Amino acid sequence: MNDAVSIATAVREGKVTALEVTKTALAQIAARDRQLNCFTDVTIETALLDAARIDREIAQGNNPGSLAGVPFAVKNLFDIAGLTTLAGSKINAENPAASQDATAVVKLKQAGAVLVGALNMDEYAYGFVTKNSHYGATHNPHDLQRVAGGSSGGSAAAVAAGLVPLTLGSDTNGSIRVPAALCGVFGFKPTYGRLSRAGVALFSSSFDHIGSFALSVQDIATVFDVLQGEDDRDPICTKRPAELILPQLNQDISAIRIAIAGDYFTKGAEPEALAAVQKVADALDIIEYVIIPEAHRARAAAFVITASEGANLHLDKLQSRPQDFDIATRDRFLAGALIPSSWYLQAQRFRRWYSDRIREVFQNVDVILAPTTPISAPLIGQQTMILDGEEILVRPHLGLFTQPLSFIGLPVLSVPIQRQNALPLGVQLIAAPYNEALILRIAAVLEVKGIVSAAVV
Amino acid sequence: MRREEFDVGVYVDQMALLLDLQLRDEYRDGVVANFERIKAIAQLVNSFPLPEEVEAAPVFEP
Repeated sequence: MNDAVSIATAVREGKVTALEVTKTALAQIAARDRQLNCFTDVTIETALLDAARIDREIAQGNNPGSLAGVPFAVKNLFDIAGLTTLAGSKINAENPAASQDATAVVKLKQAGAVLVGALNMDEYAYGFVTKNSHYGATHNPHDLQRVAGGSSGGSAAAVAAGLVPLTLGSDTNGSIRVPAALCGVFGFKPTYGRLSRAGVALFSSSFDHIGSFALSVQDIATVFDVLQGEDDRDPICTKRPAELILPQLNQDISAIRIAIAGDYFTKGAEPEALAAVQKVADALDIIEYVIIPEAHRARAAAFVITASEGANLHLDKLQSRPQDFDIATRDRFLAGALIPSSWYLQAQRFRRWYSDRIREVFQNVDVILAPTTPISAPLIGQQTMILDGEEILVRPHLGLFTQPLSFIGLPVLSVPIQRQNALPLGVQLIAAPYNEALILRIAAVLEVKGIVSAAVV
Repeated sequence: MRREEFDVGVYVDQMALLLDLQLRDEYRDGVVANFERIKAIAQLVNSFPLPEEVEAAPVFEP
């Protein structure tokens, strides 16, 4: 499948119509999604109407936008007007339909993209595997026996399978980066507050971000530029002016200081995950390491805050109908409701301390490399694994390297590393807040060198 | 004063009552196990000394 920008170019030039592209995507979904289980809703009717409207605009000589005729889908916690926002839960299925689209959906549509549906996720985004007891597991297109990762598993798998070239997801502790790595596509989580979350069901608002999945760096940059901007409907959305990345994408990177995350980010992982980082480092001629201090404590603090905020958000439902929660999230939500306030506040204060240390780290380096996940995609239903001779729980371990970064809202792109006869892996490119441009410029170089690439399977 | 042993099961049951959470038998043990896990993880944060002037800030500004 072509990337989103190539599709939009072909549509604008009249080489293909938006309607043809949309029908192809809908046919792909119909043919393959029974196996993959990425979609929880397919919006056939509105997709065809929207595509026809794009074609009319082109026929009238108008430019429908940078994503003209590009089919896209969103994690089912984004509001879609006329559909009930599930957020992966059975309880929310009883809610009325959303009256308007989430801001991000509005912006993509304004750029000419065509919404084709909503995507599967872990219930209330509390998970790293997209094994949902209400809506089923999403399967990894590289190996159907394996998880797609989560919680935005449907978003990652839909792109990896070529059902759509572009999806949106959300990332609280790694929920974009983990599935992007396990499915072998690009997954981008910009700085906390950079993109509006209006119309997106929250999970743990201190860390909730939205972001995108795509097949190329150019697509990631294009979508980021489309989604930027102030939004009164999201109280933490930045007041900074948009900084367009696409025009900067091919700028020289020789002045960007890059280092590999040492210590914590080199332990608790399979050798192949560290080899993926090394491959990127070698391509960029990087040998320096940098230490992110107290990363293990940052992960712990993220865990406490997430459990506490998530439980608070859903407390009324935990009180009135705990039996309707997914068995995979229920006990964790209930336990999270019992956390003493002092623990929560200490974790929030630690977050400030940790941000101050990371600010110091970024005085000497601009971009940091780290593995996205410590392992490639585990089997669906796999509970434990042996690592360094120790038995550990698979699901929480998938967030080992992502949690200490979203904890303070750093922008991170997970770049896909394809391997022969092996499952894909991801490498995180991490920058200081609002330095998305540096990350994407490096990714563009890695893509040209053939080191990173998204595979459609 | 004598320092009493903390009983996580009693804590979970009592806090659940306070918060009006009905813990059915089928998942009460799972909640206790999860709270044990949270407690161990929170200890990592709670044992880290922070100066008094460190206040929480919602957004990391560079």
